[in-house]
Amino acid sequence: MSKDFNFEAGLEPDRFELTAPPSYHFDVDRREFFRFLGAGVLIVCVLKDARAIQESGADKGGQDASPPKEIGAWLHLGENGSVTVYTGKVEVGQNIRTSLTQAVAEELHVPVSSIHMVMGDTKLTPYDRGTFGSRTTPEMNLQLRKVASAARDTLIVLAATQWQVDRKRLIAADGKITDSENKRTVEYAALVKGKQLTETLPVEDPLIPAALWMVAGQPLPKVEGRDFVTGKHRYPCDQKLPEMLHGKVLRPSSFGATLSSLDTQDAEKISGVVVVHDGNFVGVAAPSAEIASRAISAIRAEWKFQPQISNKELFDYLKKNSAEGGGPLDSPFRYEKGSIEKALASADHRLQQTYTTNYIAHCPLEPRAALAQWSGDDLTVWTGTQRPFGVRTELAAAFHMPEERVRVLMPDMGSGYGGKHTGETAIEAGRLARAAKRPVKIMWTREEEFTWAYFRPAAVLDISGAMNKEGKITGWEFHNYNSGAAGIPTFYDIENQRIEFRPANSPLRQGSYRALAATANHFARESFMDELALLVKMDPLEFRLKNLKNERLRTVFQTAAKKFGWERAKTSAGQGFGMGGGFEKGGNVATFAEVSFDRKSGEVKVVRLVTAFECGAIVNPDGLRNQLEGANIMALGGALFEAIEFENGQIRNGRFSDYRLPRFSDVPVLETVMIDRKDIPSAGAGESSLVGVAPAIANAIFDASGVRLRSLPLVPDGLRVA
Amino acid sequence: MATVRQLNVNGRVYTTDADSDVSLLFVLRDHLDLTGSKYGCGEGQCGACTVLIDGKSRRSCITRVGDVAQRQITTIEGLAQGDRLHPVQQAFLDEGAMQCAYCTSGMIMTAVSLLNARGGSSAAEIARSMEGNICRCGTQPRIVLAIQRAAKAMNESKQ
Repeated sequence: MSKDFNFEAGLEPDRFELTAPPSYHFDVDRREFFRFLGAGVLIVCVLKDARAIQESGADKGGQDASPPKEIGAWLHLGENGSVTVYTGKVEVGQNIRTSLTQAVAEELHVPVSSIHMVMGDTKLTPYDRGTFGSRTTPEMNLQLRKVASAARDTLIVLAATQWQVDRKRLIAADGKITDSENKRTVEYAALVKGKQLTETLPVEDPLIPAALWMVAGQPLPKVEGRDFVTGKHRYPCDQKLPEMLHGKVLRPSSFGATLSSLDTQDAEKISGVVVVHDGNFVGVAAPSAEIASRAISAIRAEWKFQPQISNKELFDYLKKNSAEGGGPLDSPFRYEKGSIEKALASADHRLQQTYTTNYIAHCPLEPRAALAQWSGDDLTVWTGTQRPFGVRTELAAAFHMPEERVRVLMPDMGSGYGGKHTGETAIEAGRLARAAKRPVKIMWTREEEFTWAYFRPAAVLDISGAMNKEGKITGWEFHNYNSGAAGIPTFYDIENQRIEFRPANSPLRQGSYRALAATANHFARESFMDELALLVKMDPLEFRLKNLKNERLRTVFQTAAKKFGWERAKTSAGQGFGMGGGFEKGGNVATFAEVSFDRKSGEVKVVRLVTAFECGAIVNPDGLRNQLEGANIMALGGALFEAIEFENGQIRNGRFSDYRLPRFSDVPVLETVMIDRKDIPSAGAGESSLVGVAPAIANAIFDASGVRLRSLPLVPDGLRVA
Repeated sequence: MATVRQLNVNGRVYTTDADSDVSLLFVLRDHLDLTGSKYGCGEGQCGACTVLIDGKSRRSCITRVGDVAQRQITTIEGLAQGDRLHPVQQAFLDEGAMQCAYCTSGMIMTAVSLLNARGGSSAAEIARSMEGNICRCGTQPRIVLAIQRAAKAMNESKQ
């Protein structure tokens, strides 16, 4: 790569969110659709821009230059005035069901309550690669706006034809078309009665500019919120079918262990129990979860396993088992500009440091769950996943069947944070259901979720910096071992750079986690910035601004500094201030932290986090604030105390009593400034807001204690200073 | 093994044939189809399974069903009076105090127990009382606001 890295394109290479291109493209059978939905108007959004559905993956591979036309979303306007929207995106707690509903309401001019959103059902909704990478708002929101505005245009044309008037006289508002000259009105429902009209995008009319948004851009409470406060909503783990059995899987004694002997006789004697042994898979289906557990306990198995490393040797191991950029593992990343060697040789100041981050667990409060049902050769699975179509592919492969015979449905689930891209429980339930010839549900225990899901990758990060005596950074060398390339390019203006991501053989199964490697890369970069500033005795904010041209980033740093009161004097011993920020997935963020450090007890407490955030035009300020605060609190755990301990292929702290998560008393005062840039298209926000938290806290701890901490988590056992 | 034949849940008598030793959470979810109480950890650490036993919060995942056979059990499904939500439920809606909402029923039940015991509480007291409930989405600040709002509503309706 020779030219400057293009941040605005929002394409960070990262292997953990790459998925294979779709092997099957949903075909719209319109007649069948009307038979299913009843008469009305159907608007189909055909995507011309491949990027919109390819997420960022296939672009970089370059193997798929002209993907076929693809359906993005569709919308049906029924004879009773109901609006049904179909999208392959899923609701995992980020409240996109609400923000997407809002976008449709705005363009179509109907009340929010008349819209029903069908999401993540592989039979009914268009193909979608998955809900991750903060792509829903920039992409699906836009597609649904287009679909809804096309529906509105179609209605205006219908009314103009019916009344024989110029369509320019007609106004769509509140579910009706009104003739502005004679005030005659007709409801949408009456217009579509008996029709079977299909419109295909693209639309001619421009979308409503963000500055004129009425419904979108306003706070809107969670759609169907009442079902969540009354316990009525059925999550994946709450799904039920008549005659359903409960499944449980026999787990190996450690990662990579293989069966050396198996005796299932006692389990098979338990009434109603079906035992399945198929290759590495051993599982049971039983009339209740309790009997299934009893049956698993009754199975005698011996396992062979190889000794494996522990978390104590982790960081040495990752460096020794890494590939050079361009090496044998997938998706390495390398960026060069100028000459880092010359910059280091001629620098007034040179600094080299190593930072590390541990594996952490997603801990979605709802563990993985799936309910599978076979009907002849057709398989239907209800499961919690961020990739229903990806799980369909996994199921088709596991059962050697065409994807057309598999249907995956995704009820709004108990969160994922990047941790539910895979279909383990779907496959397990499917296998047991096929043997038992009855529907089978699998619900993982918390211990299973901790052990058999996957983790946020651990990282080793080496940085070398060159700087002149005025505090201008002249050279930057940055290596990330294992965790990924998201957020790896520096946004500071530096003439000479070498930036590299080296994949490594991870001892644990690892994968996506909210904000991916951007958290590790920002932690190292922004900690190092403070270390450089110290060398030239400059204020960390002044030092950053001296090396930063990007206006959007300068604005968030300056805004947060003002809100935080960066210039103010300390009021007590042990008080520390620090900052960290950056650019990730289209969002610009600066976080300022205040910590208190008790030298006697060693306790470090985060007292206050001030965040300035800007991701273009804001769609739902209330939802955005909720996401930003949530991201701050989630990031707090990984910054302060979360870490997976492991040894010999076993997780040593895989339960909530051993693995500490942020709780109410850990939550600091949160102050969030949201900058609304109506002139810039909306980007997602669920991830970028995490990245400033860890470095801000590390820098504040240094300010409070004089101790520079370079490993995440920072203070799992407090901070002892001699 | 002893068997529990009857359970008083949400003011209704349910007949069942559950082993006394199994968890209340399991019986509620799998026998009675009351799935509003959630499994999160199975060791009383996260609070997603919280129900009320005679008005006081209890972790149903570590409660033997045999121990509560004679008691009044309230789950999230039994909190509203017909169409009228309990003030705590209403406050969670009004404050938007949920993201994925999987923890919400446990949060609400714990909060109801807290407010039943002592009406008004400071934010710090609420945070202390809610320490055993995990919200991984990070909605804690809004949950505290919701509980304060509910406390106010409940005090006003008493006067």
